[in-house]
Amino acid sequence: MSTINLAVNGQSVSGEVEPRTLLVEFLREQLRLTGTHVGCDTSQCGACVVMVDGKSVKSCTMLAVMADGCDVTTIEGLADGADLHPMQQAFMDNHGLQCGFCTPGMVMSGLDIVNRHGNDLDAATVRRELNGNICRCTGYQNIVKAIRAGAKAMGD
Amino acid sequence: MYEFSYHRPASVAEAAELIANAADGKLVAGGQTLLPTIKHRLASPSDVIDLGGIAELSGIVVNGNIVTVGAMTTHAEVAASKEVGEAIPALAALAGNIGDPAVRNCGTLGGSIANNDPAADYPAAVIALGATVRTNRREIAGEDFFTAMFETALEEDEIIVAVDFPRPEAASYMKFENPASRYAIVGVFVARTAAGPRAAVTGATACAHRAYRLEEALQADFSAAALDDFEAPVDKMNSDIHAGAEYRAHLVKVMAQRAVAACA
Repeated sequence: MSTINLAVNGQSVSGEVEPRTLLVEFLREQLRLTGTHVGCDTSQCGACVVMVDGKSVKSCTMLAVMADGCDVTTIEGLADGADLHPMQQAFMDNHGLQCGFCTPGMVMSGLDIVNRHGNDLDAATVRRELNGNICRCTGYQNIVKAIRAGAKAMGD
Repeated sequence: MYEFSYHRPASVAEAAELIANAADGKLVAGGQTLLPTIKHRLASPSDVIDLGGIAELSGIVVNGNIVTVGAMTTHAEVAASKEVGEAIPALAALAGNIGDPAVRNCGTLGGSIANNDPAADYPAAVIALGATVRTNRREIAGEDFFTAMFETALEEDEIIVAVDFPRPEAASYMKFENPASRYAIVGVFVARTAAGPRAAVTGATACAHRAYRLEEALQADFSAAALDDFEAPVDKMNSDIHAGAEYRAHLVKVMAQRAVAACA
């Protein structure tokens, strides 16, 4: 077992993990932060996307020990109490989810797109940048709408 | 996943010692191929040696006409690099179209070429640009580096340090990508250099290779029209659920023409 120390959603945490423990397993099973989902085992679906040191990462494709010393943000770290993050609010307002399974990853990837491309996003950019996130309800129209609206709201 | 021991060395020398002494060790760079492979139990290394803690393996340096990219530099870093974008824009564009954004934040140049997936993008650039792969022991010419499907010239315990890319006069990479994985069904990298045209093909055959016949066809006239009568050999092409051999052969010509046209 290895001891890891990291920040998760602004709080210092430490844990005992096996080397083979994935970051997503550590988040879900030890920290009980079950908002981060696992939708595939091929690193393709993006339901597990979290921010590690400010960059989007598929937490099913990173070992927990690799995140030792890092700053991790999950979907649980976005809202301010009862106030949703503007990107979350935009998903709600635009009906950017159907079953909701892919939503945590979509929201995190949406934030990553804003970080790299700014607040004024065209649909083509959002679609291209979302190619690592799969929605099996195929609700992409409203997901793209939500991310564009969320990006704009973050700039206001 | 089967159990393994995890190591995070702070230097190349320490990593080399760890891999040499491991029963069945694997180096992990960005982990975007190795970790899914271990998850699927297609690999069961005794030791995983993480190169992520070795600062000297990351970074981009432009020195005259040589762009040096450290082995642990991520695809996202190469794609966003102003220096690479100015010196070899085709290389930055290639890196920016590997996988997806989250994969590009972890995946690395060294990991990609050491793995040598037959449909990976970077091998085509390393070969076509006449790059040099520098390891902890020696220098290997890019075109000699990729030897067979998932096989390279690397020894078992040899570690890639960096790749030196000479700046071409013009270059372009075009790929016909699998829409789900973004791997190249066929990718062609062409470069116009002072020493003549260079080309490499990935995705089409068992391993990325230098495309001498494309280079010959472009020798006198570096234009898309010069490839109008070009035919890639069908018998060497991969054939799978994504594309048959004849289709891939056709794509080699089409991607090569598009790449040459983009150099203008």
